[in-house]
Amino acid sequence: MYRFRELAKASKKEVDGKEYRLAVLGNVATQFFSQSVGGYAHIEGMNLKVFDADYDQIDAQLLDPSSEVYAFRPDYILLYLAADRLYEEFMKLDDSGRRNFAEDVLNKLSSYWDLAGKNTNAKILQTDFTEIDDKAFGNFGARTEVSFNYQIRKLNWMLEEAESKRAGIYPVDLLSVQTSLGNDRFYDPVLYYNAKVSIALDSLGYVAKQVVDILFALQGRVKKCVILDLDNTLWGGVIGDDGLSGIEIGELGRGHAFSDLQLYLKSLKQRGILLAVCSKNNEDTAKEPFEKHPEMVLRLSDFAVFVANWEDKAANIRYIRDTLNIGMDSMVFLDDNPFERNLVRSMIPEICVPELPSDPALYLSYIQSLNLFETVSYSSEDADRTSMYQAEAKRRESEAAFSTIDDYLKSLEMEGNAAPFDELHYPRIAQLTQRSNQFNLRTVRYTEEDIARIASDKDYVTLYYTLKDRFGDHGLVSVVVMKKETEEEFFIDTWLMSCRVLKRGMEEYIINRLVKTAAMNGAKRIRAEYIPTQKNRMVEHIYDDMGFDCIGEGLYSLEIDRYKEHRTYIK
Amino acid sequence: MDRDDVMEKVTEIAREIFDDDELVLDDETIAADVDGWDSLTHLSLMNEIENEFEIKFEMKEVQGLENVGELVDVILERIS
Repeated sequence: MYRFRELAKASKKEVDGKEYRLAVLGNVATQFFSQSVGGYAHIEGMNLKVFDADYDQIDAQLLDPSSEVYAFRPDYILLYLAADRLYEEFMKLDDSGRRNFAEDVLNKLSSYWDLAGKNTNAKILQTDFTEIDDKAFGNFGARTEVSFNYQIRKLNWMLEEAESKRAGIYPVDLLSVQTSLGNDRFYDPVLYYNAKVSIALDSLGYVAKQVVDILFALQGRVKKCVILDLDNTLWGGVIGDDGLSGIEIGELGRGHAFSDLQLYLKSLKQRGILLAVCSKNNEDTAKEPFEKHPEMVLRLSDFAVFVANWEDKAANIRYIRDTLNIGMDSMVFLDDNPFERNLVRSMIPEICVPELPSDPALYLSYIQSLNLFETVSYSSEDADRTSMYQAEAKRRESEAAFSTIDDYLKSLEMEGNAAPFDELHYPRIAQLTQRSNQFNLRTVRYTEEDIARIASDKDYVTLYYTLKDRFGDHGLVSVVVMKKETEEEFFIDTWLMSCRVLKRGMEEYIINRLVKTAAMNGAKRIRAEYIPTQKNRMVEHIYDDMGFDCIGEGLYSLEIDRYKEHRTYIK
Repeated sequence: MDRDDVMEKVTEIAREIFDDDELVLDDETIAADVDGWDSLTHLSLMNEIENEFEIKFEMKEVQGLENVGELVDVILERIS
């Protein structure tokens, strides 16, 4: 991990790219904390400006609508209540105050969230509480309501519950840093009593990483797929040499470590991370354990793509990327072989290649320690993602049987639907705005809270689109947000689409419905904009293709009465 | 490690922290003599010295030392 002095130095560096603004508010001195977060962000290439409020200014800054924090116009506000400070307050309370301590602190936090929500659109990053076991009751404190360790644990649980019920609050799990480093490293009493700094300087890098990981996820930079080697990665031994009965997997001996790794990967898959195989093997040999080994946790149906051949791995990874249609930087490659790792790293610099330890017993804890799968949303559709990609593979196979694309599209029996945003779909809509990079015209990121606000705002017209066909249901695949600039002129603030449904007439279907909906709401003209990013070149000319007039660099306009409906095979 | 070695190491660290390759420290140097040596960078400096010499300063040492000479004395005492 970076040392504090490296972070402090990096915090002063200028970084290119879109600027993001973070305000840090704490009940202790947070300058070092802020410097570390800024420095870590800069090292990772994020142009982050950090405003550090003075020591113990939370109430004053949040209550005053003209405060420095609000004037800073933060994209994010981080609230850090150090347990050390709370502990001092706790000790001054009588028993009834101690009994209500967790509730009281949580109420205070809720009021901070309300205030921040009233005065800004900033997303709130809320730290949880590190543990202090003061041994005032010994072990008995764990069942004694008036002990601090009882109350702080209760508070952490109540905080998680409150956050799960309220959009727009993003937890920063400081407790997990304290647990993994140990309190002797996490907390430096000399520093605390000298300077009211509650995290040891040498531990600040770990804390900064947590914060920056969350910021990246909020900016849409998340991992979507894990590509796996097989021999000595998913099981012990080499299937081609050792055979089905010779590989190590299952409860016995070394196999246990591989089984647990597979369980973890399976749970990632269940939460929406795609799994793919990239192995140097004959395909039949590579598939055999998944089909026949009784103790294998992962099965063939868990993989979105399975590639086993003797080509080089970089080429195979490119093939997997093309099949899944996701960015290289959203993929992780796990391989026990340093040669393969280096090859892939050198050929594909954007992909994440963890430096797996040589001992398989350490694979799982090492991968977990990297916190690769940070996310800022979870919706039930995530769980189905793998089956959607598998249906796509079947579609591609059937495509080959048709001589014209029109015949193929007709054969799909596609049915689309468009509807205004509804509450049930807020999480998925928000998630798409956060994750979509390629088919995304303006790349505006929205949280669930933003989406709810837009949905109920009369100045906006919203649409989400679903698509299904005879191979399966694609679910919610596209999002449109139109802002009424005037009664007659609407502006397409957001148009994004999942790349899974490219080139089958969905683009045309979307615009047909969009124009119709705009007209029904009184629009005479629709304006649109394409804002280029490193990733959205594929839609550079989409408005031209859809019949809009180009009226300036990236700017478009469409007169509704001159619009000719596009032909599609989507009913 | 003798006194000069310690002074040399401390100077090296201070040059890093205060971002000044020319910085020269002696026994008489005080914080006010050095550009950028404030209460915050002081803590960072002490932290780096602790890591370098694998020692831990006491509370009064972090805030109470008169000059660089005293700092070097404390380090020498700890590592001997």
